[in-house]
Amino acid sequence: MSAMMDNKIVKWVDSRLPIFSLMDEHGIEYPTPKNLNYWWNFGSLAAFVLIVMVATGIFLAMHYVPHGDMAFASIERLMREVDYGWLLRYAHANGASMFFLVVYIHIFRGLYYGSYAKPRELLWIIGVVIMLAMMATAFMGYVLPWGQMSFWAAKVITSMFSAVPIFGEDLVVWIWGGFSVGSPTLTRFFSLHYLLPFLILALVFLHVWALHTTKSNNPLGIDIKGPQDTIPFHPYYTIKDLYGIGVLMMLFMGFVFFAPNYLGHPDNYVPANPMVTPPHIVPEWYFLPFYTVLRAIDNKLLGVIAMFASVLILIAVPWLDRSKVRSLSFRPIMKIFFWLFVLDTLILGYIGAMPAEGIWIPLGQASTAYYFLHFLVILPLVSMYEKPRPLPESISNPVVKDTQDQAAATEAK
Amino acid sequence: MLRKILIATLGAAGLLAAAPAQPVQAAGAGHIEHVNWSFEGVFGTFDQDQLHRGWQIWTGYCAMCHSLDYFAFRNLEQIGFSEEEVKEIAAEYTITDGPDDTGEMFDREGIPADYWPSPYANDEEATYINGALPPDLSVITKGRAGGPDYVYSYLLGFDDEPPEDQTVPAGSYWNSAAHMSVKMPPQIFEEMVIYEDGTKETPEQHAKDITAFLHWVAEPHLDERKGTGIVTMLFLLVLTALLYALKKQIWSRVEH
Ligand code: HEC
Ligand code: HEM
Repeated sequence: MSAMMDNKIVKWVDSRLPIFSLMDEHGIEYPTPKNLNYWWNFGSLAAFVLIVMVATGIFLAMHYVPHGDMAFASIERLMREVDYGWLLRYAHANGASMFFLVVYIHIFRGLYYGSYAKPRELLWIIGVVIMLAMMATAFMGYVLPWGQMSFWAAKVITSMFSAVPIFGEDLVVWIWGGFSVGSPTLTRFFSLHYLLPFLILALVFLHVWALHTTKSNNPLGIDIKGPQDTIPFHPYYTIKDLYGIGVLMMLFMGFVFFAPNYLGHPDNYVPANPMVTPPHIVPEWYFLPFYTVLRAIDNKLLGVIAMFASVLILIAVPWLDRSKVRSLSFRPIMKIFFWLFVLDTLILGYIGAMPAEGIWIPLGQASTAYYFLHFLVILPLVSMYEKPRPLPESISNPVVKDTQDQAAATEAK
Repeated sequence: MLRKILIATLGAAGLLAAAPAQPVQAAGAGHIEHVNWSFEGVFGTFDQDQLHRGWQIWTGYCAMCHSLDYFAFRNLEQIGFSEEEVKEIAAEYTITDGPDDTGEMFDREGIPADYWPSPYANDEEATYINGALPPDLSVITKGRAGGPDYVYSYLLGFDDEPPEDQTVPAGSYWNSAAHMSVKMPPQIFEEMVIYEDGTKETPEQHAKDITAFLHWVAEPHLDERKGTGIVTMLFLLVLTALLYALKKQIWSRVEH
């Protein structure tokens, strides 16, 4: 127990509402593996960006007008007339990109070190639900400035629901609140865009609760054997996480101050116009891989299903992976396929930014096929047949007899 | 590991520093020329004399057809006009206000708080008279791929012959930056305004000056943004270095 718990006031409150015990147990004493590398910073980075998003968003909402005739102008006024309005707006817009960057790395970390595997399946699934909620939030947020890309992204994405059999058309009219995307659509998107981040906060709470129940995984992917394997969260990981935040902030503020519109699309500085369709409708960079999956199949309904499946398939990963060994550090074959998979998602993203014509169509189809092949065939088969390298004895004693001999042998050569 | 992360971050920061503030994206087949703007890069700022020259062109020419909805007369104080001067400038323009107590609209002299008056009553009138809608220019340099380079190239893009496969309808002009026929007649020509600061009155200079002015209207806080940015980055650099040192020190107690 930390010294804080000896304080009289703390004791008084704590015996009535054990909020200090909770903080002590989960924020200070929480036993954390001592060998976590920097990839484990990305969870706290995500939480940090989430807070930045909520904080900037609340202030933006004080100046934003969710109406088709005023939304674009209200944001221009905010950026020009409100003190540091430009900073609020650029921080929020670039913050969304930082959020996805950080969370994507967080997910790849989980895939590499087998953090989804038993007993962390629920922790992982909550993570996937968070990602879905983030995608919905980001999409609706992008509509709010009511520029050309906002409008046409809203149109393209909501129209996907018309692929639903039988009542698809009615469903779309219901979502729009009219017979096309318009002011009623914008107003409801604003309402939901304000609501969803708080849902994400609640999900993050569950996520961390599950984490603290199963405890953190670690780069070796082996279980904590005893107190010699762990260190208290504070000060070790609090300082490490703070350092990570400093590094992320430099990247983040680099965009905000020196290239605030670099990640955006110029068409979103053209007010929404239902009569003029932009030549290329492209989503934000973080949706590009999914956009390629959507367009890979020449059937609206199947395309939409494939796109949703490409996210939802993550839920099945704990069961698709048959290996007893979590960390890919000890699974040389799966490791190669992991990096191929990373490459595939990058290719999917690249193709998402290209027009759906010529060579890009078959390339998009091939990389989409590989995406699903990775999860449905490669992951189960390799994990069943691959012989993993021997695991170290424990976190505090990370030596393996075999590998040591190997290392000695190579050194002798 | 750590060194790798540091290098990656510094690398990313370096890339950012090198990248132009406005992304220069390929805009179709159009011909876009890159200009070395004073406001480019991490340390770039607006050149006030250039903004004044651009303002001359704006009031003399572009304002006949284009609106500038988010620009108010009082904004001129930011680029070195005095309060008195701004009052005088605003008073030269007529603003339709109202309704008054009897329900009638009335005309009055402009005041610094007024926004720039549009040349046409509405988009329909503007389109009818010009054959196409002259777009509002308040954020034009941010609303086109290529940014200020595009606007500059558009303004000078009337000299080339259209490609063989293109026909230019009557009343239209071929523009090599937009790579299509447009309804705006060529606007830039030598000595279209006389500069008081001795700058040569070439078409290129005029196009640069009006574009810089429009970029200032689009991004009025650019100078302040970069100034704050430099201070913020220095602060973050020191803070992060300190956090790193502290992290090193605290972790030296852990055996690993
Ligand atoms: C005689 C009226 C007129 C004047 C004067 C005029 N413009 Fe235009 N401008 C137009 C019209 C009409 C269009 C729309 C052209 C089209 O889309 O075919 C236009 C379009 C533009 C565009 C948008 C190009 C694009 O990519 O869509 C820019 C930028 C522009 N004008 C800048 C200027 C500047 C700067 C000046 C002052 C030097 C100016 N204009 C003066 C009529 C005018
Ligand atoms: C709002 C978004 C998210 C926040 C704020 C968040 C937060 C966190 C935090 C603070 C941790 C502990 C530190 C760490 O291990 O990095 C963590 C762990 C974890 N997260 Fe997330 N997370 C988010 C999204 C996701 C998503 C989308 C997934 C997966 C689809 C995911 C999967 C996991 C897993 C598996 C762990 C345990 C890691 C381990 O112990 O190895 N998270 N999360």
